[in-house]
Amino acid sequence: MTFTTPAIEWAPTAPFIVVLGAAALAILVEAIVRTPATRRLVQLILSLVALLAALGLVIVQWAMLKGAGTVVLEGMLTVDRQSLAWQAVLLVSGLLGTLLFAARTRAGEEAFASLGAASPGSTEETLARRKGLQVTEVFPLALFAVGGMMLFTSVTDLIFLFVALEVFSLPLYILVALARRRRLLSHEGALKYFLLGAFSSAVFLFGAALLYGATGTTAFAGVGTGIVGASGLDPIILTGAVFVVVGLLFKLGAVPFHSWTPDAYQGAPTPVTAFMGAATKAAAAAALIRVLYVALHPLAWELSWLIWVTAIASMLLGTVVALVQTEIKRMLAYSSIAHAGFILVALAGLPDQAVWALPFYLFVYGLATLGAFAVITQVRERGEDGTVLGEATRLGQWAGLGRRSPWLAGAMALFLLSFAGIPLTAGFVGKFVAFGAAISEGGWPLVLIAVIASAAAAFFYVRLVVLMFLTDVPEDQEDAIAIDYSPLARVVVIVTAVAIVLLGVVPGPVLAAFENAGVLLIGAAG
Amino acid sequence: MFPFLTVMVALPVAGAGLLWALPASARSRAREVALAVTAVELVLAAVLVVQFDTATAGAFQFSETHAWIPQIGASWALGVNGIGLLMILLAALLTPLVIIAGWRDDASSPDRRRHYLALVLLSQAFMMGIFAARDVFLFYVLFEAMLIPLYFLIGSFGGAQRRYAAVKFLLFSLAGGLIMLVGVVALYFQGPGGEQAFLTDNLTGLTLSTTTERLLFVSFFVAFAIKAPMVPVHTWLPTVAETARPGTTALLVAVLDKIGTFGMLTLAVTLFPNAARWAAPVIIVLAVISVIYGAILAIGQQNMLRLVSFTSVSHFGIMILGIFAFTQTSIEGAAFYMFNHGLSTGALFLVVGFLIARHGSADVSDYGGLQRVVPVFAGTFLIIGLSALALPGLSPFVSEIMVLVGAFEVAGVAVIIAAIVVVLAALYVLLTYQKVFTGPVREGREDTPELSLRERLVLWPLIALMLILGFGPGLAIDTIREPSQDIVAVVAEEAGQ
Repeated sequence: MTFTTPAIEWAPTAPFIVVLGAAALAILVEAIVRTPATRRLVQLILSLVALLAALGLVIVQWAMLKGAGTVVLEGMLTVDRQSLAWQAVLLVSGLLGTLLFAARTRAGEEAFASLGAASPGSTEETLARRKGLQVTEVFPLALFAVGGMMLFTSVTDLIFLFVALEVFSLPLYILVALARRRRLLSHEGALKYFLLGAFSSAVFLFGAALLYGATGTTAFAGVGTGIVGASGLDPIILTGAVFVVVGLLFKLGAVPFHSWTPDAYQGAPTPVTAFMGAATKAAAAAALIRVLYVALHPLAWELSWLIWVTAIASMLLGTVVALVQTEIKRMLAYSSIAHAGFILVALAGLPDQAVWALPFYLFVYGLATLGAFAVITQVRERGEDGTVLGEATRLGQWAGLGRRSPWLAGAMALFLLSFAGIPLTAGFVGKFVAFGAAISEGGWPLVLIAVIASAAAAFFYVRLVVLMFLTDVPEDQEDAIAIDYSPLARVVVIVTAVAIVLLGVVPGPVLAAFENAGVLLIGAAG
Repeated sequence: MFPFLTVMVALPVAGAGLLWALPASARSRAREVALAVTAVELVLAAVLVVQFDTATAGAFQFSETHAWIPQIGASWALGVNGIGLLMILLAALLTPLVIIAGWRDDASSPDRRRHYLALVLLSQAFMMGIFAARDVFLFYVLFEAMLIPLYFLIGSFGGAQRRYAAVKFLLFSLAGGLIMLVGVVALYFQGPGGEQAFLTDNLTGLTLSTTTERLLFVSFFVAFAIKAPMVPVHTWLPTVAETARPGTTALLVAVLDKIGTFGMLTLAVTLFPNAARWAAPVIIVLAVISVIYGAILAIGQQNMLRLVSFTSVSHFGIMILGIFAFTQTSIEGAAFYMFNHGLSTGALFLVVGFLIARHGSADVSDYGGLQRVVPVFAGTFLIIGLSALALPGLSPFVSEIMVLVGAFEVAGVAVIIAAIVVVLAALYVLLTYQKVFTGPVREGREDTPELSLRERLVLWPLIALMLILGFGPGLAIDTIREPSQDIVAVVAEEAGQ
């Protein structure tokens, strides 16, 4: 047996190398730089530089790209416009997410525990806090997650897809567990996320193994042709295909694979929730597109029931359960489940338009998610002695926010309206192109359910708007809420709010760019 | 050519932005700023009317077409025909009057006043855009986005139940709007596609399969029926009218709800004529039910704001009856009625608002014998009330008669039943007048102030306009004759195939 080293095309792989390389470098920084404050600064700058450089490389490649794209690493990776668009979306989420990671309250408090290993309430924890320790590992972890997600969107091989899945999942499990306050809740969320995530990885891997068994290859294009050529292997192929898709639906957070979402969203430090909500969904949708359109396209009809059922279930359950939530992060978690349903609506019948509509949809969804959670980090409880405590996440605590801070409340209202898909916000354009995709392949009953779900969803988004603007601050609660001021979080709020309005009013140029991304390069069978 | 319509949309938006950006020292001048903006808007509308060529009233004039989102076929396309022109004039006329009528509101809080006026200006911008839209996507976007300023107008300013009313309004409208969204998206795939796929010109006269056309028609019609409150989806209106400020309700019912009937005429019927004919019998029945049911409920109301809102449900029934009778006279009458009803109901809400401003109650039983105390007020109220019951000499009479006569040849029974409304209208108007203004003066009402100059300035122009159009309806009918002819022709031509 001879081993041939694969030829590596450096230019198309540069963004991945920059991000993952910077992550590795950042781990070294952890070991070298001792002072927490300096380390934090170094890590922040390193992360931002790496992400910006990668974004720059992606844009340069986009501009230079001739033809459909390139297949690199012996068919393991395909860098086409579709992949570049997703990479850009993820890098933007990563950049804004990193800013939120670094945001501190006015009193200098971080979102993360001082010492992740200390058990909640222990002396160790108190000591770590007093010494001013900081878990700056969150920055390299986030870089690994972004790098893994970027790979996830471009991989065209089932084994490599699994590797990418784990590369971005493992850092997220850790990040979820690192909340500074309500640490038990955070641990609970992380454990649930980890167990169910590991389970779904296993399901995915089993599916991949079955597909390999039936078709003799793990490359997407090869699987596609193998499925057509195989005879008498239907049970294996179908089971394998369903398992692979289920593994991805888990990451997307679609019903019935959603049960980790509310706990992980609620328990995670809010910056992590923001990043995870925006980026994981995008990565999952990207991989879903590639798997469905390339590897499993011959099974489009057989898998359509799966898409329809999960789409309907996600929209209905997400909307209905969100209606009764009293905790804002849980409410947004259920809203994200409903959005997973809307994403699946666009995939019904595998229309061509979905290939460019979904990157746009997830781009604007990610912006609104990051913005909304950034606002949440700014609304905090105030203790009896006037100190600013943790985030005020009970819905009732948001009453009268419009009086306390009209701009912050206005931005939150904007993000909620974008989630609800009200025209002149970016969310509307996203929904319009996504639903248009579904209707082009005859999915109008699904779209009808989707708009009914949207109308019901509007009710709970609007409920928060009512609380913020039309309800007075309760009499004895005048001082219970403090509006924090963190420049970094404010930057995120402003950037996302401006983007939501601009993309809602004049989406033309950006939409045109995404439209170009609507081509999947199907590599030669590896 | 000067882009009149774009300016008319942009100006109120700029005005609203200016109000929100006013430095603290200038905030007490918010009313003057808002009034100036709407005055300029009215002047622009007047210029439009003067320059409008009635000889070709059926064609879109002052047209502008710019690419907006070419990827999904949406254009920024504006233009007005005779019907759109009248609606724009109505919106331009009523907004400044509403601002003058609410001149003394929020005296204690200049900040609230500023927000209120900014929201009114934003709503005006949306009205202008919707009545001038020549692109289905643009129409839809404005139609839905308009809910936001309205939601805050209702929810932030008004009575105790205002939050409930605002949410009810929003959910009704959103439900209709989102169903329409399915229709809008689906329509794209039926049309020619391309970068101007949503221009109404490109979507008229499509050959659609019967089922598709009917489904599309229903998706559009439901949204419009909710907006132009029609039984059985009218229930949001009384709730809103009862709690919102009379000025808000005046704008809402007099102008914004016309978007419902306007949309039926220019989109639902024009784009899907076969389906419109197919649905006409059912719609006419519902319209007649609205006419009678609205009037009967109006008679039973104690709250004058609810009363006026139910009379509107009744009047909208007549308009819809006129539209779906598909005769030249009935459609002309319906379009003319859309304008007249704006004048009449707008005035009615405002005059009731003035009464409420005096004593803080909208309850009929809280008043009595006021005509001895405030004769001018009583007279003004009576004339406006009589316009609502379509007294000859006032313009609503002309349009109501046109609808009933025009519809008689095709829907005789419906017209005969609907005509009962003339009697019912007399009951609800005159009974209210009797309770509030005649008889012995109620205790505590002896020192009711007379109609002030400002209030006369608001109401009398509306009355004057109704008188002018009552005696010379040709002024308005000339501009709507051709568009109505076109609609009748579209429906008839399709039926002939």
